[in-house]
Amino acid sequence: MIDIMIRLALVFCSISMLGLIYRVIKGPSVADRVIALDAIGVNLVAITALISIVLNSHAFLEIILLIGILAFIGTVAFAKYLEKGVIIERERNH
Amino acid sequence: MRKTNNLILETAIKVLLFFIVLYSVYIFTAGHYYPGGGFIGGLMTAGAIVLLLITYDIKTVEELLPVNYRILTAIGLLFAIGTSAGSLLFNVPFLTHAFGDVHLPLLGELSLHTATLFDLGVYFVVVGVTMTIIQTIGEDE
Repeated sequence: MIDIMIRLALVFCSISMLGLIYRVIKGPSVADRVIALDAIGVNLVAITALISIVLNSHAFLEIILLIGILAFIGTVAFAKYLEKGVIIERERNH
Repeated sequence: MRKTNNLILETAIKVLLFFIVLYSVYIFTAGHYYPGGGFIGGLMTAGAIVLLLITYDIKTVEELLPVNYRILTAIGLLFAIGTSAGSLLFNVPFLTHAFGDVHLPLLGELSLHTATLFDLGVYFVVVGVTMTIIQTIGEDE
């Protein structure tokens, strides 16, 4: 029973990732694309966790934290680009 | 015109940075038997420095970490070449690594490998190359 549920959850995560990829390509504004990319990172974490349950191994648990940190850095960089126009400044003006 | 600053990011980064660097060190040392190693550990450390660069600016980070990343790359290559070529002195093929079991006071039984030194070289090379690329691209003038 739990096996079927985990496989169903994997299928639904994959479908939602396809929808998010559509939003990244089509998205009318930059903010839509950034939100969709962040959600793709969250979905990637979920899929990695589900696959590690299916394969019954704990080797992927460190990778989950890795994907989380890298997705966070990417989202912060995009947010700063949207707010200020530059990502890495030479000298702060305040 | 409102004045923008990164107050939330600057507060969060003070806690978050230690976790990211600690995690990169963990993933570097875990790399012999589990997923991880020098490459991904170096990438995580570079990610932590990039987070600092995003939060503050290039001048502050240069005062904080006065490291020339090109020299760091050269040191890493020296480590990798040194541990690889060191095997030639013992009349075994290139890149052969040695290991032995030692007993340390606090840590107990450990098996120490020279492959870790090679991995340390990879770590330095990855940090150096990534930071050189990002600093070269990221400068806006």
